Formats: sequence, structure tokens, C-alpha cells
Amino acid sequence: MQRYILKRLSLAIPTILGAVTLVFFAMQLAPGDPASLFIPPDLPPADSAALEQRINEKYGFNDPLPAQYVRYLTNLATLDLGESLRQRTLVGDDLMDRLPYTLRLGVLALLVSAIIGIAIGVASAVFRGTWIDNILMFIALLGVSIPSYWLAFSLILLLSIQVNWLPPSGPAEDPYSWDGVKHLIMPVTVLALGSAGALARYTRASMLDVINRDFVRTARAKGLRERSVLMRHAFRNALVPVVTILGLNFGFVLSGAVIVETVFALPGIGRYLVDGVNGRDFPVVQATVLLIATGFVFGNLLTDILLAYLDPRIRFE
Amino acid sequence: MKAATSTRRTAGATVSGAPSDEPALVALGRKSATRTQWQRVVHEVVTNRLALAGAIILIAAATVAILAPLLATHDPRDQSLLNRLSPPSSEYRLGTDELGRDEFSRLVWGARNSLFIGFAGTAGGLLLGTVIGLAAGFFGGWLDTIIMRLIDVMYAFPGILLAILIVAIVGPSITNLIVVLAIWGTPTLSRIVRSSVLMLKSEEFIHAATALGATRTRIMARHLLPNCVGPIIVYATLGLADALLTTAGLGFLGLGVQAPAPEWGTMLSVGRNYLREAPHLMVFPGLLILLTVISLNLIGDALRDALDPRTR
Repeated sequence: MQRYILKRLSLAIPTILGAVTLVFFAMQLAPGDPASLFIPPDLPPADSAALEQRINEKYGFNDPLPAQYVRYLTNLATLDLGESLRQRTLVGDDLMDRLPYTLRLGVLALLVSAIIGIAIGVASAVFRGTWIDNILMFIALLGVSIPSYWLAFSLILLLSIQVNWLPPSGPAEDPYSWDGVKHLIMPVTVLALGSAGALARYTRASMLDVINRDFVRTARAKGLRERSVLMRHAFRNALVPVVTILGLNFGFVLSGAVIVETVFALPGIGRYLVDGVNGRDFPVVQATVLLIATGFVFGNLLTDILLAYLDPRIRFE
Repeated sequence: MKAATSTRRTAGATVSGAPSDEPALVALGRKSATRTQWQRVVHEVVTNRLALAGAIILIAAATVAILAPLLATHDPRDQSLLNRLSPPSSEYRLGTDELGRDEFSRLVWGARNSLFIGFAGTAGGLLLGTVIGLAAGFFGGWLDTIIMRLIDVMYAFPGILLAILIVAIVGPSITNLIVVLAIWGTPTLSRIVRSSVLMLKSEEFIHAATALGATRTRIMARHLLPNCVGPIIVYATLGLADALLTTAGLGFLGLGVQAPAPEWGTMLSVGRNYLREAPHLMVFPGLLILLTVISLNLIGDALRDALDPRTR
């Protein structure tokens, strides 16, 4: 198991390094030169010249490309994520302040989507071809097809404006209170629904794949109760591809948080990214994108390890 | 779909009599079996009522996009500040927006922008992904390793993130959006084509072609590519659904088509400011996006079921 973890880790680190490199080269695509990304267009010319000098000192955009790349890597390796052009705050500190909001939202959404998605998937596989299956799969289809912000605004219109049940937006003063729960109900629902839909569709396919296998027939033939056949024999084996999708959903939840936090005015890293993009605040954009990508790669690493734990065959591949 | 069937039919007419019970993903498009395969697929999709409904919605949306100048009752950019945010009426069928522009006409023209960006971007990703996947799968070795590592890196940016990053750098415009969607769709399609090629490469008919002295280009273009068409079509359909959601999402974040050009996602994003006074500005563009995406998913699901032997 240790060897397997090391092997996976040795694949994850080059991927993160690659992501960092990709962002570096993407910056070269900027119209004009990369330095222009770091200067807000609405700055007075005098300020902007001073800023350009500071930026060039920090990132060395006048140096040859390899030297720039080394400096860029050094900055990142020392966790120096730069300074926000708008707020003049350290991007690293900002991200740490905002991370708890996104983590609370993301973990809850992942949990909710796993429970709902797997339950719907298993139920529709068990009742395959009946009206229950049809209705559940239609709900799952809606889940993957509905634009999340549209669902969000529909919910706000319904639950906050029509009947005043839930607060329309903003963070709660105390996240660990009943008020905090009320503030998170709509964001979590919206974020969870999309990945729950995808998960339900995969779970159903995976269950159907397993249900027709010989060992399931054997389990039935030896007289086990149907519930035991489904849960202990079929479901456990159907779980492997489901966990893979759950790992990918971690990424969808992270990127979905960008939109959901914007809609519900939650001060998480997704909202931070959008503010950075709209304010042409590139250090913010770059650091947030890299943080999310790193988180996603490590999320996938955890998924792989969990899979190897669930299914020993994977370890020896 | 229809055109594909007819060309396949003429191509397959000279050779026939292949076994029809082989796995569809591999057999699909193989010359000897194409005729029956494609006819069966079309038949299955058309007799699937949900998929048929999806196809009708999609064709309707495409027709609206093409006939936009004829269907629109007003100029989508014409402002009438006296009639701001008015509810649907006989003059303005679906009401007006925050600048008194006719919502119906903007939706009709918006269909053109939204669908065009989605189609063009997906087509770009399809082209790039197919070429890259074919090359990686066929040549293998270091080329494959490099390509697959690169794709892993692109996968590190989940969902809409890669698109946000690129648009943040190059700036939002219709051309940039199309390029972004093409880049965004490339990794998935490359992987799908590559795995199909890997599966096919060891098949006897490829060995036979090599033995007959076919060049590598010919093997890729004439023997491997036609056999990958099935999975490519399935994922292009589902990918188009995702591309439409992504375009609208970018529009919502202010990174999509820029005002005053009408696009569904951008229109939604403006509508959110008038949630109380004019909910129709949120309802209609959202419904249109939802309907189009559902119809694409329905068609994609039906195609996959028809092509995937496991579900039969």
C-alpha cells in the first residue's frame, strides 16, 4: 500500500508542476505583454508606470523567458503569491481568510450529493424500467442540465422573495448556528444538485453492470434475502467506479463554487476569483486558479488511495 | 446523422456479410458492418421518444438561430427607455429588459450567438481531440506519454476553471470564447479517441491493412478513424451540452459575450439585478438554456445506449 501511495504521489507532483507551468505560459498569450495583466487599465498613467516598474522588478518580465520562469517558480516555491493590485493585500493571506467558507460549502455539498446521488442511482437500478426509474432518471437529467445560477436565482425568488424563509444571500455572522445553517441551505442544494445528477447516472449504470454478474445470481441462488444481495454483494462491487466519479465531483464542486459563491455573495475563494477576473487583478486570478488545481489534484490522489483500499486489485496493477 | 448514414451506406454497399453481433463500439463504422449498424442506431434513436423530443427541440432551436432576422419583431439593440422592464404584452411578446429592448427579439438573436459559439467551440475541440487522440494512440511511445501527461495537466483545472483562466488572460470576445471552448473540449475527446484506437490497433483488419502495404496515414484515416466515429459522436453531443452550459456560465460571470450583443448567459446575468421587478428576464433565457441542454443530453444518452453493447 505504501508503495502504491508513493507511486501515485510521484504522478501527482509533476501534474501540479505542469499546471503551474501551463499558467506561466498562458500568461505569455496576453495581448501586449504579460506585465499588462498586472496593471489595471483604469489606472492613471503616472501610477501605472510606477506599477509597471514594480511588477517588472518582481517578475522580471524584461528578462529572457527561462529567467522569468525560474523567478516565477521561486516566488511560488516560497509561497509568495504576490499582492492584490486592487486591495494591496497579500493574496496568500486573502486566500487563507476565504478558504473556510469554500471548504464548508464544498464539503457539505459533496456529502449531500454523495448521499442523494448514490441513493437515486441504486434505487433506479433496482427498479429498472419502472416508472420509479423513469422519474428518478429524469430528475438526475435535470440535475446535470440545469444552469446552476439559474436554479439559484429561482430558489431565491421562491424561498426568499415570495416567502421569506431563507436569507437570499451573504454569509452568516456565526456559521455554526441555526442562522448559519439557514444561510447555507440554498448554496449547498444548488452546488450538490449538479454533481448528484451525474453521480446518480453513473451509479445506476454501475449497479446495472454488476447486477447481471454471475456472483449476484449465485448470491440469489443460495437463498439470500434480496436486500442482502443488493447491498452486500452488488452495491459493494458497484462502488468502485462510483468513488472515482465522487473524486471527480470534488473538482466540479470546487469550480461550481465559483458560480454559487458569486450568486449567494459568499466570501469564499470562488468569489475571490471572480472579483479578481472582473477587476483585472491577475495575481489574484493566478493564485486562486493554482490553489484550486492543486486541491483538485490532491483530491484525486486521495480518491485513488481510497480506491486501492476498497479494491486491493488496484494496488497491484 | 442522416448524411452520415447515407455516405456509410454507399461505402458499405460493395462489401457485406460481416457478423453483426460483435461489440458495437468496435464494429461501428467498420466498412463491412456499417450499413446495418448505422441503420440500427438511427432506428433506435428515432424510436426512443425522449431522444426524438430532444431532436425536435434542438432542430427548433437551430431553426430559430438561423431565421433570427425573420423571427425577431424588433431590433435587439433598439432601446425604448419609456418601456423599461415592462411585462409581456402584445407589443413586446416577452416583455422588455432594463433598457427597454424587446426580450423576445434578444432571445431569438441570442440563440444565434449561444448556439454558434457552442457548435463552433465543440467542433474545434472535436477536430483537435481527434487528431491528438489518433496520433497518441497510433504512434504510442514517447509521443503518447507526452500527450497524455499534457492532458493530465489540463485535467488539473476542473470544470469551468480552465476557461476562466484563459478568458481572464486573452479577454472576452466571441472568437476567444470559441477557442477557449475548443481547448476545453480537447482533453476528453483525445482520451476517448485514444482508447478506441488502442482497442482497435490489435484487431486483425488493421494487421491485414498493414500487411497489404497501407501507409500509416491511410490506416489512420481510412481504417481507424471511421471506427472511432461512434464514440466521437456520442461525446460531441454530450460535450456540446457542457459547452452551452459553460458559455452561459462565462456569460453569467461577465466573461462571455459582451453587451450589447445578446447571448443567453449574459442576458441571465443582467436579469439577476431585476429579480423582483422583472422576473421574466431570468425565467426565459434560463428556460431556453435548460431546454437546449436537456435535449442534447437526451440525444447523447440515446446514441450511447444504441452504440454501447452493455446496455442491450
